[in-house]
Amino acid sequence: MTTVHIQIHEKKHFGAENSTIQNFNLTLNAGEFVCLVGQSGCGKTTLLNSIAGLDSHFSGNIQIGNKTQNPKIGFVFQRPCLLPWRTVRENIELVFENQNAIPKKQIDELLNLMQLTNYANAYPKQLSEGMKRRVSIIRAFAINPDLLLMDEPFVSLDAPMAREVRELLQQLWQNRPHTVLFVTHDLREAIALADKLVFLTSCPMRVLKEIDVSIPREKRDAQNVEKFREQLIQNYSELRLLF
Amino acid sequence: MFSKFLPTISIFAFLILWQSLAIFLHSNLLPSPENVARIFWQHCESGELPHHLSVTLWRLVVSFVISMFLGCTIGIALGLNKKLNAFFDNWLVIFLNVPALVTVILCYVWFGLTESAAILAVVLNKVPNVIVTLREGTRALDKELLNMAKSYRFSRVKTLLHVILPQLHPFLMSATRSGLALIWKIILLVELLGRSDGMGYQLHLFFQWFDIASILAYTVAFIGVIQILEFIVLKPLDNLALRWR
Repeated sequence: MTTVHIQIHEKKHFGAENSTIQNFNLTLNAGEFVCLVGQSGCGKTTLLNSIAGLDSHFSGNIQIGNKTQNPKIGFVFQRPCLLPWRTVRENIELVFENQNAIPKKQIDELLNLMQLTNYANAYPKQLSEGMKRRVSIIRAFAINPDLLLMDEPFVSLDAPMAREVRELLQQLWQNRPHTVLFVTHDLREAIALADKLVFLTSCPMRVLKEIDVSIPREKRDAQNVEKFREQLIQNYSELRLLF
Repeated sequence: MFSKFLPTISIFAFLILWQSLAIFLHSNLLPSPENVARIFWQHCESGELPHHLSVTLWRLVVSFVISMFLGCTIGIALGLNKKLNAFFDNWLVIFLNVPALVTVILCYVWFGLTESAAILAVVLNKVPNVIVTLREGTRALDKELLNMAKSYRFSRVKTLLHVILPQLHPFLMSATRSGLALIWKIILLVELLGRSDGMGYQLHLFFQWFDIASILAYTVAFIGVIQILEFIVLKPLDNLALRWR
């Protein structure tokens, strides 16, 4: 498990006059599940892309652990991003740098935890949307990442399927607690999953407020989540503009 | 069930039509299928047809491999790099529109009536087509899959082999099929103008003698080879690559 320091002084899109991200500072403690909550289009995906190294045009510094070597980053995108010409197992195995040392047993365990053992040799087109999301989550966990980035992974799923995948993710994360940065615009989803909520402003994006979720994980049912959400909006007037 | 036999039925229908026309016209300008088959066998027995066919096939293979390699490399590079594409785009349009005959004549005039000049002429004619096909394919690549590869730190070779090439498969197959058809036509022109062997050279001789039966016999031989290539190499390759569909 790894501590992560994110410091972005400024990030502008090419040709844009205004900054997308400005003076963004955030620290994730080792093994912490942090949810970034902000309105659609505020720059959350841009932030994740910058952290993952997909976009390096920003000023600032991102420190993942204190390793001298490249940190391992798992990324769960909005779309599952599976290669259609490879089976579930082949998709997962491909992310390992050394193809001769693939931890097959660990992959089997992950497939089992996500209830996909019977689909290990299926192609993505044979899976439902929820199953595809589960595969992309397994792929991200399989490499034992120093940091796991999740960009609204349940955004296009219907509510029951999103809940089912969310519950499986919670079980998986409790089994293998990596440091997670999870992006969402759904406050209920964030409360159900996170140790810490980080609220974001728009144009430019910066941290508005950091709040720890005080409800124990085993008590995070729909009723308690809703209660916590209402308290938040009542207690912090600045959040009312967001929700 | 009936539709399964349609391709065979259409070939037989064509042969019957051909035979009927040949009987009706009764002219050396349209020999019957039976006559063409007899001439074909004679050329095979003399060893003439296999020799010239193999020479042409060798030229086809060499120019095809060079064209595909250069075309794919440049096409992918232009598809990925906008600046490079802007620099070469006009040249690509120019080369696409230069008539094959002009390229062949210029290659022979500048480099002599040699084998390498012949291959170069074919390659120069084919490469722009491959570049355009692969460039369009590369532009249509799924950016999110490329981002996935980048975020999981795939090496360039791994990204090319597992993410880019499978997406380019339809474009590669299209370039391969159209390439074989185009290259074989240009090779005949190249052989007709400046070589002393090959199918093009032979067809030129038969034209001078008005030997239509031999022209058709040679054409049938080459079409047969291309069909065999399609069914033994290209179709199985297609099925293997697209088994996930």
